[in-house]
Amino acid sequence: MAVQSVKFYQVGSRAVGNRLLEEALRTEQASPARRNALNSGHRACQGCGEALGARYVLDAAVRATGGKLLAVNATGCLEVFSTPYPESSWQLPWLHSLFANAPSVASGVAAALKAQGRDDVRVLAQGGDGGTVDIGLACLSGMFERNDDVLYVCYDNEAYMNTGVQRSGSTPPFARTATTEATGPEPGAPIGQGKDLPRIALAHEIPYVATATVAELHDLEAKVERAMTMRGARYLHVLVPCPLGWGSAPADTVRLARLAQRSGLFPVFEASHGEITAVLPIRSRVPVAEYLRPQRRYAHLFAEPPRIDLLERIQAIADRNIARYGLQEA
Amino acid sequence: MRRQLEGSRAIAEAVARCRPQVVPAYPITPQTHIVEAIGAMVRNGSLAGCEFLTVESEFAAMSAAIGASAAGARAYTATASQGLLYMAEALFNASGLGLPIVLTVANRAVGAPINIWNDQSDSMSQRDCGWVQLYAADNQAAVDLHVVAFALAEELSVPVMVCVDGFVLTHAFEPLEVPEQDAVDAFLPPYAPRQVLDVDDPVAIGAMVGPEAFTEVRYLSHYQLSQALTAYPQLCDGWQRPLSMVDAYRVDGADTVVVTLGSVSGTVKEVADEFGNVGVVTLTMFRPFPYAEVRKALGAAKRVIVLERALAPGAGGIVSADVRAALSGTLAEVSTVVAGLGGRAVTRAALRRLVADAMSGWLGERLVFLDLRDDLVEQQIDRMRQRRASGPQALGLLRDAGIPGSRIG
Amino acid sequence: MSDEYVFQVRFHGRGGQGVVTSAELLSVAAFLDGREAQAFPSFGSERMGAPVMAFCRIADVPIRVREPVTQPDAVVVADATLLHHVQLFAGLGLEGYALINSARSWDELGLAEMARRHYLERLATIPASDIARRHTGRPLPNACLLGALAGLTHVVSIDALERAVRERFTGAVADGNVAAARAAYDYLGSAAHA
Repeated sequence: MAVQSVKFYQVGSRAVGNRLLEEALRTEQASPARRNALNSGHRACQGCGEALGARYVLDAAVRATGGKLLAVNATGCLEVFSTPYPESSWQLPWLHSLFANAPSVASGVAAALKAQGRDDVRVLAQGGDGGTVDIGLACLSGMFERNDDVLYVCYDNEAYMNTGVQRSGSTPPFARTATTEATGPEPGAPIGQGKDLPRIALAHEIPYVATATVAELHDLEAKVERAMTMRGARYLHVLVPCPLGWGSAPADTVRLARLAQRSGLFPVFEASHGEITAVLPIRSRVPVAEYLRPQRRYAHLFAEPPRIDLLERIQAIADRNIARYGLQEA
Repeated sequence: MRRQLEGSRAIAEAVARCRPQVVPAYPITPQTHIVEAIGAMVRNGSLAGCEFLTVESEFAAMSAAIGASAAGARAYTATASQGLLYMAEALFNASGLGLPIVLTVANRAVGAPINIWNDQSDSMSQRDCGWVQLYAADNQAAVDLHVVAFALAEELSVPVMVCVDGFVLTHAFEPLEVPEQDAVDAFLPPYAPRQVLDVDDPVAIGAMVGPEAFTEVRYLSHYQLSQALTAYPQLCDGWQRPLSMVDAYRVDGADTVVVTLGSVSGTVKEVADEFGNVGVVTLTMFRPFPYAEVRKALGAAKRVIVLERALAPGAGGIVSADVRAALSGTLAEVSTVVAGLGGRAVTRAALRRLVADAMSGWLGERLVFLDLRDDLVEQQIDRMRQRRASGPQALGLLRDAGIPGSRIG
Repeated sequence: MSDEYVFQVRFHGRGGQGVVTSAELLSVAAFLDGREAQAFPSFGSERMGAPVMAFCRIADVPIRVREPVTQPDAVVVADATLLHHVQLFAGLGLEGYALINSARSWDELGLAEMARRHYLERLATIPASDIARRHTGRPLPNACLLGALAGLTHVVSIDALERAVRERFTGAVADGNVAAARAAYDYLGSAAHA
């Protein structure tokens, strides 16, 4: 079949799709030669954002490293659903140790490779928000400050999902979880708590910090590739909706990730040594309510009467992010 | 009032009635329902005067409990398995500082390999951390033991862990009574610590102690922990329901007695009833170890089967070592049976075979793993003899057996 | 206490269908009827769609045994897609009861041979998800299946079951579930249903 060359201007938009792009511009997911590092057959829930994110990230990382990649995984949903003994979904060397230590374990792996003169082999560590921002923070900070040669990827679904949806340091304000019920004058998770781990990573001034979502595949893969061209401590924070924990429809996972970015609640950016170098601009901004409404963890904000006051406070957070990161094109 | 409810829920209500003032919480399967229920009660006001902290790790949970207790607040938390181990340093710290913290351990196996199901490896691994260890045989006991635990802890200034089999008890619905608030208030007075962080009476807590006094400090900790052997029965006497330290069931005239801890006791008693001449001794208190009471309960037995829910790798039984010590000088034969590791069900069928083996004299003083897949392990041991390879046994079992797909690509 | 004194139920389904809740509610209903009951699950970590089992024992003496139910007197299947994949009826005696959430008949489900070996009046299918959807707006079959089980086996009274449901749920959700349970109870009490 003759190939007709067509130039598309909106390369990052959904309208184009992969198959109509030049090969060089296509994503790794479009390639039949992709590794499928996270192979099918795992036990993730339908619509799991983390499974999607992990597949995207690891296939891109495997390509970027010419197949020379070792993965270290923290305890959590990803580890549990991918390795139901005696089966494993992983098609790359993979190590799971404990909940809190993935960054340290990865540091150890990187050190071993260096000692053995095998520094063509690269290391990727990954975990959920619980394992990264809470219990794993000390180890992560250590990996950062030593500038160990590890790319750490956090798949953030904003709660401890595998144990039944409990609040983590990443749970956003007013979200319902099993330990932050939607009751009382300020229902859900308290506002003013929580950690912004990308900013904590920035404060460590490591070579590369980036955020991404599963809605922008080109962007996510490009960031993984870019990270793998560098050495030293690198951090990637990926927003991954969880239908079970968020109370959203399994088919909405990608759409919700996109709305998160477009509302300003999840700023998507890149940084180098503590300075922001690029942002993903918000092309068509949405009010936070549009992002929150399809999630039952926010249902109490939309009950009768709706909590306009709380929505406004969430909106203020989005507004602040947009101003702070310059997310809207003037 | 008798109700049918979930073990975790009942424990949470019992703890709430003990008026805890600080509850740090970190989720881990299978304890989550307990801390969630307490969090909900704090939130809806039914548990007033309590700060519920969602902390970032189990180490933080026990650390926050330490701080709370040292500042004069009644502190409680719950964990299991990996979480208990993650707070191990803090456990020793709490007992060394004499802080009457109460901890629920929802007994679960310890990895690697990671396993979320019930056995007692977690609490058994911490048997020497200086805490009182109580094991609940059913959910009514679990409820009652928590109330007694606060009283005991504060009486002796020693922390207490209440061990409740994960899933098997925590997630089981059964009939029980949660004591009313006034009954608990009458039994458990407000926390009145001897030594606390107080601006009007400053003390320095947590000093370094050198060789000149460390032995004495440790001796006194051991002494104080051992006081539980008398303090616990005394407290139980004043409680609304009977609670034993060592429960002896059908031991009179029984040549063969099974010793165990926790929920498996119920199943063992069912089998004992079938035989008619088999006794069951169930330990509620494991630390301090009630040597005299165990010796008395097992007095006339010829064959003692210790049914363990954990093991000491490279050594054998944990409970059986203590039982043997209790029986030293007697002629009883003590065998060690490791059962139900990682959540494998302990069935009546297996127990029947076990007791029959014991009575036939086959069991002797062996170390036996109940329901072990002999074929699997023998094949694997064979393979291991033939080749030298490192790595986890879980992987070896598959790899060396040539299970398709255990290699990538 | 040997097995002849205890009625053992095993529930099969998938995560998210309320299988664990079913066993719990059944135990509460039995308790409200003045009997002894025990319920517990057999599952792994939180995951929608994974096969789940739950157990319930009912007796008139305290229940001490805690092993999983391997010789059920009744099996309840909340998700018919598990048929032919999982050994759903393992250990079920020939006098046992079996109830499947399905609009199809036992024969249509490919279970005719099993039906021939058992007592026909103790095997039933019921479109519990549909009935539930009609009454509650959501296809959660658990209350409905419990009503059906009560009708089929009479191991608990429908009144106790209603009370148990109302203790767990409130408002319109409780009303809908009770209606679904009663509808199923009446249906199973009527004409042939296998």
